[in-house]
Amino acid sequence: MHFLVFIKQVPDAAQVRVDYETGTLIREGVPAIINPFDKHAIEAAVRLKDQFGGKVSVVCMGPPMAEDALKEAMSMGVDKAFLLSDRIFAGSDTLATSYALWAAAKQIIKEEGPVDIFFAGKQAIDGDTAQTGPGIATRFNVPLITYVVDVKKLDPEKKTVELVRLVESGQEVIQTTMPCFLTVEEELNTLSYAPLPYLIRAAKTPVKVLNSKNTEIEAEYCGLKNSPTKVRKAFTPPKRERGEMIEGDSVDSIINQLYEKIQPVLKTMGKV
Amino acid sequence: MSKKDFDVIVVGAGPAGMAAAYVLAKAGVDVIVIERGKFPGSKNVMGGIFYRKPMDDLIPEFYKEAPIERHIVEQRMWLMDDVSHFSMGIKTQKHNSEPYNCFSVLRAQFDKWFSKKVIEAGALLINETVVTEPIIENGKVVGVRTDRPQGDLYADCVIAADGVQSFLAKSLGLRKKITPNKVALGVKEIIGLSEEQVNDRFGIKDSNEGVTIEITGPFLKGMEGMAWVYTNKNSVSIGIGVIIDDLINHNMNPNDLLESLKNHSSVLPLIEGGETREYLAHVIPEGGYKSVPKMYTDGFMVAGDAAMLVDSIHREGSNLAVESGKLAARTYLEAKESGDFSEKTLSRYQEKLEETYILQDLRYYRNLPELLEEKRYLLTEYPQFLIDAMTEIYTVDGVPKPEKFKKIKGELKSRFGYIGLAKDLYTIWRKLR
Repeated sequence: MHFLVFIKQVPDAAQVRVDYETGTLIREGVPAIINPFDKHAIEAAVRLKDQFGGKVSVVCMGPPMAEDALKEAMSMGVDKAFLLSDRIFAGSDTLATSYALWAAAKQIIKEEGPVDIFFAGKQAIDGDTAQTGPGIATRFNVPLITYVVDVKKLDPEKKTVELVRLVESGQEVIQTTMPCFLTVEEELNTLSYAPLPYLIRAAKTPVKVLNSKNTEIEAEYCGLKNSPTKVRKAFTPPKRERGEMIEGDSVDSIINQLYEKIQPVLKTMGKV
Repeated sequence: MSKKDFDVIVVGAGPAGMAAAYVLAKAGVDVIVIERGKFPGSKNVMGGIFYRKPMDDLIPEFYKEAPIERHIVEQRMWLMDDVSHFSMGIKTQKHNSEPYNCFSVLRAQFDKWFSKKVIEAGALLINETVVTEPIIENGKVVGVRTDRPQGDLYADCVIAADGVQSFLAKSLGLRKKITPNKVALGVKEIIGLSEEQVNDRFGIKDSNEGVTIEITGPFLKGMEGMAWVYTNKNSVSIGIGVIIDDLINHNMNPNDLLESLKNHSSVLPLIEGGETREYLAHVIPEGGYKSVPKMYTDGFMVAGDAAMLVDSIHREGSNLAVESGKLAARTYLEAKESGDFSEKTLSRYQEKLEETYILQDLRYYRNLPELLEEKRYLLTEYPQFLIDAMTEIYTVDGVPKPEKFKKIKGELKSRFGYIGLAKDLYTIWRKLR
């Protein structure tokens, strides 16, 4: 079986701060990481490979430094890593990005064989759009199952897979045919501590670079110019006020002060 | 040997480990470096000064491509009490042209760059993996065990550059447990300023030039330690390292010490208005020559901080690390010719170190840690006298100069006694012989 995972390198959102004077994000010195949801997609693909055999490929679109993300993916057990990197992609929105990744995936299929399951995280933590994965799935015209929290049963003979996905009211169990495209939630699995041979192989195996020259990507669908999404306005959320500190000589006095403060709220809730 | 995955396993991707791996990889040796941090440099801390020489021998003119902050043209030495500092130093154009003397660096960036060079040279680097113990067969070190599944690795030789705590050297019985009177706790902040602010405040014309300040004296309240302020491109590294025993006995916490340093009237104008970008802390081995262990056994060598190679008097550590890593690698290459990685062959490593300035410097100061431990007042009372004398000389208050000199002489006598003074001088002279 062949599993292909789409990943994105993102700034570690936990470390990005807002410059309240200019209203922009301070990205300086913020480490780049694999989008956390994508890591669970990689983990799921590697576990299926361990169970059913085959291989896992992974592709990431981004600048040359995104190689770090691919190396990390390989150390999680991925067999083949592709970096889709070209200046023509600069400024791409989700439409242009899903086009480019689709075209790159076609090239990967040419080189590595047909894919049974495509994987991606449910969304990226920097843009939060959740559009790129579905955009690729649409272009492949394969079943798209979003917010996957469990892969229950995979039948390699019948080419079917049974999945659990999150819906607003609860969970939905779905059976679909392969090839299919899954975007996954973090609950799907717990990341495992990769064995040392994976890390050694990752250090030894180079990342293959894909660009407009060695794929059939057409520049007229790529980059800022061909991205219909326009940012009309960006604003920063209001700065959070510092919480009130309650001081006192004893625990009892602090508790009493705290109780007095929250009593009105508790009353409105009917708790006292 | 039963198995072999690599020729050499280097544990730790700091300057010592990477220098060793670089030399080995360049010589065509199959070498793997195992680092516990997210990437080389992510866990590495030092004051912030990196010397050129040993690195330049390894990668000629490295400073042209490596991420260095500034080359140092001025080095100041301050004796400081609570309200004053007495300053000495050297600023020289001789350090203002290639190949330079030393640089301020940010280790997170510098070590990452160094590791890229090591990988280019052909070594394998594995991050986020902790070496838990050596694998010993028939009394010989034949590999290491890591915390990863399927995590055993075998090799001809293991070079432990695993830092001041060196669990490997300890587990092999080469090193004793370090005692709190032989290590300092260093805390440091990187304070962001603009390039122009750094230039103005330190009297620098060109943003590539840098200044270092080393500070000791009575402001440490009798504790043995050293503070420092180093200029980076658009930030300042400020830190303080104090012997842990002293911190305990004085009931001091290093954060408070650093805060009071930052607010000292001599220091505050240098960093005022800056924003703390990073906060770092690390243990510094200060035991000197006498704490340097036997650095080899069958199939095993120790380098850098792991071998306690720090010259605290001259704030040298990373250069000793690079030098020792290189020598360990060269010793391996010699051993490889005969295929004999026994203790006897690898003992050449320590002999080589003894022949270099590294162990010669440390040997020269070998008695100093005990001397200072015994006579802490050397660090407070003499500097205080100097500060007071200079203050007296520079104060114009109507007192005739001869009277001032007489007063200073009188102070010298009453504070130390001529015999005490002679004794101290003699002791220092004797201990440094």
